[in-house]
Amino acid sequence: MISIREIQETNRMIEEMNLDVRTITMGISLLDCIDSNLEVLNQNIYNKITTLAKNLVSTGDEIAKEYGIPVVNKRISVTPIGLIGASACKKSEDFVTIAKTLDRAGKEVGVNFIGGYSALVSKGMTKAEELLIRSIPLALSSTDVVCSSVNLGSTKTGINMDAVRLMGEMIKETAELTKYQDSIGCAKLVVFCNAPDDNPFMAGAFHGVTEADCIINVGVSGPGVVKKALEQARGKDFEFLCETIKKTAFKITRVGQLVAKRASEMLGVPFGIVDLSLAPTPAVGDSVAEILQEIGLEHPGAPGTTAALALLNDQVKKGGIMASSYVGGLSGAFIPVSEDQGMIDAVLEGCLTLEKLEAMTCVCSVGLDMIAIPGSTTAATISGIIADEMAIGMINQKTTAVRLIPVIGKEVGDQAEFGGLLGYAPIMPVNSFNCEAFVNRTGRIPAPVHSFKN
Amino acid sequence: MKRAIITVVGKDTVGIIAKVCTYLSGANVNVLDISQTIVSGFFNMMMMVDVSKSTCDFDKLSDELDEVGKSIGCSIRIQLEDIFDMMHRI
Repeated sequence: MISIREIQETNRMIEEMNLDVRTITMGISLLDCIDSNLEVLNQNIYNKITTLAKNLVSTGDEIAKEYGIPVVNKRISVTPIGLIGASACKKSEDFVTIAKTLDRAGKEVGVNFIGGYSALVSKGMTKAEELLIRSIPLALSSTDVVCSSVNLGSTKTGINMDAVRLMGEMIKETAELTKYQDSIGCAKLVVFCNAPDDNPFMAGAFHGVTEADCIINVGVSGPGVVKKALEQARGKDFEFLCETIKKTAFKITRVGQLVAKRASEMLGVPFGIVDLSLAPTPAVGDSVAEILQEIGLEHPGAPGTTAALALLNDQVKKGGIMASSYVGGLSGAFIPVSEDQGMIDAVLEGCLTLEKLEAMTCVCSVGLDMIAIPGSTTAATISGIIADEMAIGMINQKTTAVRLIPVIGKEVGDQAEFGGLLGYAPIMPVNSFNCEAFVNRTGRIPAPVHSFKN
Repeated sequence: MKRAIITVVGKDTVGIIAKVCTYLSGANVNVLDISQTIVSGFFNMMMMVDVSKSTCDFDKLSDELDEVGKSIGCSIRIQLEDIFDMMHRI
C-alpha cells in the first residue's frame, strides 16, 4: 500500500517543484484529405481535425483533475503540409490558405499550437515543398497558432544546402514580417537534422508519414524536480549524482506514461510515445540551467558545462527508458535560452555564448533553441549557423535543431520580449565573419561514411 | 473498485475528520483506510476511498471537497490512486 510519505513526495513535486505534463499532442494524418481542388482540400483538413480533436482539450483537463497534476498544453500535429498540399497548391499563396485553415481548426478545438506546416527536404525539394518553404513567412505572420518546421538533413541523406540557404532567407523574411512583435514569427519556426516523426513538442512537432491515422503522444517535464532532488547530492560522487537523476527521471516519466495511457483510452486513439524531455519554462524553479548549477557550475557556459549536460541527458534517458516501453520524440534535456531564466542569467553575466551553446547541442537532445540574435544578421550568416548545427546532427546520428530569432531593429545589449511560455531573451552576439561563398555553393553535402551500414 | 486518495492538510481543529466523512457518506464514497498525524499543530491526513459507487462524478467530488476544505481552513485534494502507484511501484 502507498504510504503517506510517498503521497507527500508526489504532491510536493507537483505543488512546489513544477512537475507537470507539458503537452498532450494528438498526431493526425491528413493523407486521406488530399485533393487536387484547394477548396475541397481545405474543407477536408478542417473537418478531419475538428472531428478527431473535438474532445482533446476537455480530456486533458479531465485527466488533470483526476490525478491532480497540471496538463499544461494540448496540441495537434499533422502530416507535413508540403506533402498534403502538393497536388492542390500551385503558388505560395495557396499554401497560406492551408495555414489559415489549420489556424482556424486549431482555434476551434481550443489547442494552443498546431504543428506540421512542414517540409521534409533532407535530400531534395519538390516544387511544392519549395513553394511551402517560400510561403512560411506569410503563413506565420498571418496565423497565430500554426508552427512550422523544415527537415534539412539527416545522417542517411546528408544536408540539403540549397534548402539551408533558402531557410536563412525565410527566417529573415519571417522576422521582418513580424518585426512589430519582436520578430515572434521565428519562435514558431524551427529547422531540423534527423527530425523525429513523433515529437510532441513545438515548434517542431509534425505527424510523420510512418505514423498511424491518429495517435496520442505525451511530453512530460520536470526540471524543477530533478534540481530539487540534486540538492541532496551536493558534495557526493558521480555515482550518487547519476543514481539520483535516474530515479527522478523514472518517476517523472511514469506520470507521463500514465497520462498518455489514460488519454488514449478516453479519446479512443492509440498511444504513440512518451517524450521524456526536461523542458524548462521561464518560471523560477523550472530550469535546466539550475540543474547544471546544482551539478556544480557557477553558470551554464562555464568549463565543464558540456560534460555536465552530457551526463544529465544520459541519466534522464536511462531513468526514463525503464518507465515506459515507448519512449520517443526528442527525449532529453532542452536548452532554450529565452524559456529558461537560468540560461538568460548566464547570457547576461557573459558566461554563455553562442559557440558554447553549439558545443552543448552535441550532447543535449535538440539544438540552438530560442536564441535572439541581432536583426542585422545576414541570411547567409544564419544559413552558416544552420549548416554547422545540421552537420553536428548528421555526423553524430542525433536530432539537432535551430530556432534563431533575428530580432529586427534590435542589437546586442537589447532584449526581445515574446511573452508567455516563450519568455524573453537578451540579444546574443553572432560571429559575423563572412561565409557567403560557402553558403552560396549549390547542391548538397553528401551523407557521411558511417551512414553506409547496409 | 476505483480507488482514490484524499489528502487533508491544515491547522488542527475539532471535527476535521467528521466534516470530511460526512461529506463522503453523502456522496456514497466508501472509506477504506485512514492514516493521520499531527506535526507541530498541523493536521495531516490521508484517506484511501472507493469512488466507484459515488453519486457524483470525479470532477464534482474534487470541487466540492475543495469547498469543504475551505470551510474548515484545510487544503483537501482527491487524486486517483494510480498516479502514486505508477510513480512509486515497479
